[in-house]
Amino acid sequence: MKSAPKHPLAIRWLHWINFPVLLLMLWSGVLILWAYDFYPTQSFRLRVPDRVHFYFFGIAPVYGGADDPAGLPATKYVASLGYRLAEGMAWHFALAWAFVLNGAVYTVFLALSGQWKHLVPRKDSLKEALKVALKDLLFWKKPELAHEGEKYNHAQRLAYSGVIFLGLGMVVTGCAISKPAQLQLLVQLLGGYQAARLEHFLITGLLVAFFFVHVAQVVRAGWRNFRGMIVGR
Amino acid sequence: MDAEETKLNRRALLFSLALGGGGLGGLIALHQTLPRDESGVPKLFRKTHAANEALARTVLSRGKDREFPGSSAVEPRNNYHGGTPEIDLETWRLDWEGQKLSLADLKTLPEITQTTELKCVEGWSAVVTWSGARFSDFLRTFPPKKAYEYVSLRSEPEGFEDDWYYVGIDLESLLRPQALLAWSMNGKALTPEHGAPLRLVIPHKYGIKNIKLITQIALSAERPEDYWADRGYDWYAGL
Repeated sequence: MKSAPKHPLAIRWLHWINFPVLLLMLWSGVLILWAYDFYPTQSFRLRVPDRVHFYFFGIAPVYGGADDPAGLPATKYVASLGYRLAEGMAWHFALAWAFVLNGAVYTVFLALSGQWKHLVPRKDSLKEALKVALKDLLFWKKPELAHEGEKYNHAQRLAYSGVIFLGLGMVVTGCAISKPAQLQLLVQLLGGYQAARLEHFLITGLLVAFFFVHVAQVVRAGWRNFRGMIVGR
Repeated sequence: MDAEETKLNRRALLFSLALGGGGLGGLIALHQTLPRDESGVPKLFRKTHAANEALARTVLSRGKDREFPGSSAVEPRNNYHGGTPEIDLETWRLDWEGQKLSLADLKTLPEITQTTELKCVEGWSAVVTWSGARFSDFLRTFPPKKAYEYVSLRSEPEGFEDDWYYVGIDLESLLRPQALLAWSMNGKALTPEHGAPLRLVIPHKYGIKNIKLITQIALSAERPEDYWADRGYDWYAGL
């Protein structure tokens, strides 16, 4: 007799759809960022190089020729990050819908299927999660496993429920940045247009941090754990 | 049990390879082969921009953008990418559907002063105080012979052909009360860097639509050509 899958089919699909969508959102977001690559806050400036070249068998990029002040022929680079704002915006505003839709379906599925019970933090989750994190960091052994009969440990509970709010934060700040005149009350709530841009960027940083920790932990947890997110068992 | 394990392993491995290698390769291939329009922009992007525009025009409000106290106004960047055209302001005339209007003609319209945030498509923004006439007042005082849905605004000063610029805007956006034909910035007459003698201020569109040194305005039944839309940006560019 087959046991119930560790992860339901819906969660596996939504998880793996989210992966390329988020990657492309990040990529197109970087193309947008490069058009004006610092945040004019009083406290710090973030600056990135104007142009990074990756040559790739001479395959043409989408744009680049006409607006390229360096005068490089468009066929010579594919992954230059500068002067690709129009392309970045086009990808970003198209894929944002996939991200929103996927996230909404995921959240609704969690709520209706009862799967939320596996990842909602407990009363002592924060304290326990710190212990788990310290143990994982200090003793580089097998990651802390969840208790008997539980799907996730306390650190996982915090991370997996927290990341939903990061996604929500991306959507809210993203809406504010893309339609600031229409959603001016939201923009004011976020502290202004430039503040909303900065918040959008900082939450991106948290999502990227989540990604790296998540991947590191998956690598440490081993193949069977990874396999569970693909085939369910 | 062992056979089952092997089957699960094989399935998971195949999936990972397909997603990792095939996904990336497929994406690059798709990216390279997307059908494009004559300006080199994938048609798919034009369609998604159009869908977002349709949604924005139906769902979102027609209200005003935020207004700021005049004390928070600063001088915005000058984003003329070539030289800044400096023309003889005395001989400048606005060509409005064949009529030639002087700045004095335009200044007979009620002057509106507003402090709004100019937002560049690149990401920077600046709070600026503008004075000028509402586009809606302009239309009422100098009524056109026909009613059309779109407006073409062009900056084509003689002798500065390299800096010519043109935008197309939907009339609906221009009729909103914050769309101004402005002649002054932060309390002073516009300088050439900021579009003397007359520029468009439309805070609910990106800065790319806030055309400087307007020489011609015309109505159009079709979407007029637009400098940055021709270069891959969203034609609507609404905020």
